Amino acid sequence: MDLVQLQRQFVDYRTSLYHEGFLDEQFTQLQELQDENNPDFVVEVVSLFFEDSERLLNELARALEQQSIDYKRIDAHVHQLKGSSSSIGAQRVQKVCIAFRNYCEEQNVEGCLKCLQQVRHEYSLVKTKLESLFQLEQQILTAGGSIPM
Amino acid sequence: MDSCNCIEPQWPPDDLLMKYQYISDFFIALAYFSIPLELIYFVKKSAVFPYRWVLVQFGAFIVLCGATHLINLWTFTMHTRTVAMVMTTAKVFTAVVSCATALMLVHIIPDLLSVKTRELFLKNKAAELDREMGLIRTQEETGRHVRMLTHEIRSTLDRHTILKTTLVELGRTLALEECALWMPTRTGLELQLSYTLRQQNPVGYTVPIHLPVINQVFSSSHAVKISPNCPVARIRPAGKYMPGEVVAVRVPLLHLSNFQINDWPELSTKRYALMVLMLPSDSARQWHVHELELVEVVADQVAVALSHAAILEESMRARDLLMEQNVALDLARREAETAIRARNDFLAVMNHEMRTPMHAIIALSSLLQETELTPEQRLMVETILKSSNLLSTLINDVLDLSRLEDGSLQLDLGTFNLFAVFREVLNLIKPIASVKKLHVSLNLAPDLPEYAIGDEKRLMQTILNVVGNAVKFSKEGSISITAIVAKSELLRDSRTPEFFPVPSDNHFYLRVQVKDSGVGISPQDIPKLFTKFAQTQSTATRNSGGSGLGLAICKRFVNLMEGHIWIESDGLGKGCTAIFMVKLGIPERLNEPKLPFMPKVPTNHGPTAFPGLKVLVMDENGVSRMVTKGLLVHLGCDVTMVSSSEECLHVVSHEHKVVFMDVCVPGMDGYEVAIRINEKFTKRHERPIIVALTGNTDKVTKENCMRVGMDGVILKPVSLDKMRSVLTELLEHRVLFEAI
Repeated sequence: MDLVQLQRQFVDYRTSLYHEGFLDEQFTQLQELQDENNPDFVVEVVSLFFEDSERLLNELARALEQQSIDYKRIDAHVHQLKGSSSSIGAQRVQKVCIAFRNYCEEQNVEGCLKCLQQVRHEYSLVKTKLESLFQLEQQILTAGGSIPM
Repeated sequence: MDSCNCIEPQWPPDDLLMKYQYISDFFIALAYFSIPLELIYFVKKSAVFPYRWVLVQFGAFIVLCGATHLINLWTFTMHTRTVAMVMTTAKVFTAVVSCATALMLVHIIPDLLSVKTRELFLKNKAAELDREMGLIRTQEETGRHVRMLTHEIRSTLDRHTILKTTLVELGRTLALEECALWMPTRTGLELQLSYTLRQQNPVGYTVPIHLPVINQVFSSSHAVKISPNCPVARIRPAGKYMPGEVVAVRVPLLHLSNFQINDWPELSTKRYALMVLMLPSDSARQWHVHELELVEVVADQVAVALSHAAILEESMRARDLLMEQNVALDLARREAETAIRARNDFLAVMNHEMRTPMHAIIALSSLLQETELTPEQRLMVETILKSSNLLSTLINDVLDLSRLEDGSLQLDLGTFNLFAVFREVLNLIKPIASVKKLHVSLNLAPDLPEYAIGDEKRLMQTILNVVGNAVKFSKEGSISITAIVAKSELLRDSRTPEFFPVPSDNHFYLRVQVKDSGVGISPQDIPKLFTKFAQTQSTATRNSGGSGLGLAICKRFVNLMEGHIWIESDGLGKGCTAIFMVKLGIPERLNEPKLPFMPKVPTNHGPTAFPGLKVLVMDENGVSRMVTKGLLVHLGCDVTMVSSSEECLHVVSHEHKVVFMDVCVPGMDGYEVAIRINEKFTKRHERPIIVALTGNTDKVTKENCMRVGMDGVILKPVSLDKMRSVLTELLEHRVLFEAI
């Protein structure tokens, strides 16, 4: 595939991500922060997000398996996850987190478990999408082109 | 013959002589006995006789003498020796007593004589005293008359009554036949008979004033006797009687201006009236000295009374005049007030009425501009817009000016950035200036404070107007704007002697000078510059537009700001300099110290970067921490990241200018950290600005942040632009509470 086509594919893919609500404005902001001083900023942040989220999701699963559920702790974790996801613009994940927090407040185990599942789902989705996006980016860079804004 | 011891008298008792002797002795004895009786009787009556002792002696002497003579009666016939014995004894006693009395009298008679002389002396003295008393009495009576006359004269302030009373009273007191008063006429060349005693309405006799007799009277302050035949005295038809003596006296007519302070009025007026007094005819009366004195005194009193009357008349007239004027002024004031009220109402109504369609015109024209238009149409629309803007400005100006004149305009005081005002003006004027190829330079003094307290909008309007005028009236060259803090030596400008600015700790005087190299102004036009609606008539300015109100309004604004504005020009074609000084307040030093990293001339959007700004970011969430760091690094800050409150407190130092902390993570007390930071840095300017980042949209969070002393709260997520403006705002004002 030649450069122009790659770039167009990239742009379309990215636009679709926005349209489908996987990403929001915040992601654009992140991209703006990337400059020659900070060339891999977005990748770094997203990687950090992935690490963080996985840790949090595991924590959450474990917490919800307990006999006596510590809702405060769960709420803390979900809050963190919400913060992280909103920081990088993972809109869907963020939305589920908000719902998750509500169930936590109600101390609704069922709801929490359901939300956890949802979060997992959304997270893996956005992870896949972002990884593909980065791959495309990498391909373009290797081909010698520049990432279209 | 008896051998009796009788003694025979010498001569026979029947002799005639003897008989006569016998009878005489008898009477002598009688008299001698009765005299002491009389003496005793009368002395007893008067109690004051001082020489009783002498009287007793005298009485004894007389009684003994009488006894002697009585006993002598028996010696005429034959008498016994006993009788002779008694006779002898009596004679001896009489001799002794009479000698004693004689000796006594030698002492007493001189005393008696001197008593007599004293008596004479006292009688003379008494006569003299009587005479003097008579004199005093006369004088006192005269005095009484004068007092009474004066009282009568002074009891009224009416001129006619004064004069009439004078004549009447004088006539009565001195029992005059006729008394007349001659007043000088307006021309001063004649004396006119004004008042007489007997005649009710004197017909206008006049007498020329320069008669010798009149001059004689006028030149002396005493009453002068004049001949009854002289013209002033011949007012009664000459009777067949001898006319009485006539006396004339001058009465000075004093004016208000004669009364110097602390000085008796000088009789430099030379205006006198003549008072003529005539004694009754056919009486032998003469003018006595005291009567003349009386007349002189009365004449003086009359003069004083007349002048008082004149003063009173004058002051009454003045008071009436003042009252009239007051009434007229009151009316004028009320009319003026009504007029002003009417005008204000008119303006208020018209203002609204005019603005509404203006607004529509301007809005729709600008909208029209945005649409597709042919070039001609565009030109037309632009002209419409320009004209309506002008008109709108004019309306505003007129309204402002009328409010300014009423004094109902008040300045909106506030703290503002002085530098920004000048920059704004510069930005606004640059396009026009560059079109006209004029070079504009701005010079702000280094000690000019950046912030000031005053009416920003109106100050800008003033500066803009002045600079705008400079640009308007210059076809080429350059315009320089200088702004300095006026020092006290400069404050008393020789051209503005009536302006006395007094700088104080809280205020300073801003002096702005705008110099242009344009057409200049001729010296006679300079005073008219600040008059509203007046424009100079040179053709160059005729087409420049403007209503002539601009400078007038500026002057009002400058006056409101307790300042002064004036224009200097060397003449036509030599450019002109507009200078104004206004009083501005100095705000508290909240914004110092200025960050050394702030660029000196920031653009309208604030700095795009904050190079080297040391920032501390505290966030437990790694991802958001990283994102925030990325934002700040992109803006050029030097970012330190911490993930816990202990670490934050440990790391924070006065080098960090801003601390961003996430407060919405439960379990981590961001508020606590803020409090601790506040405690750590006691001086306000050393403490870093603390800003909370939160995803919470409730008011409680914001209030909590404000409570613990944070300087700002922002909502996550933060975009780049938002972070940039946040930093700008924080560094300018040290406070930012985003509306939540």
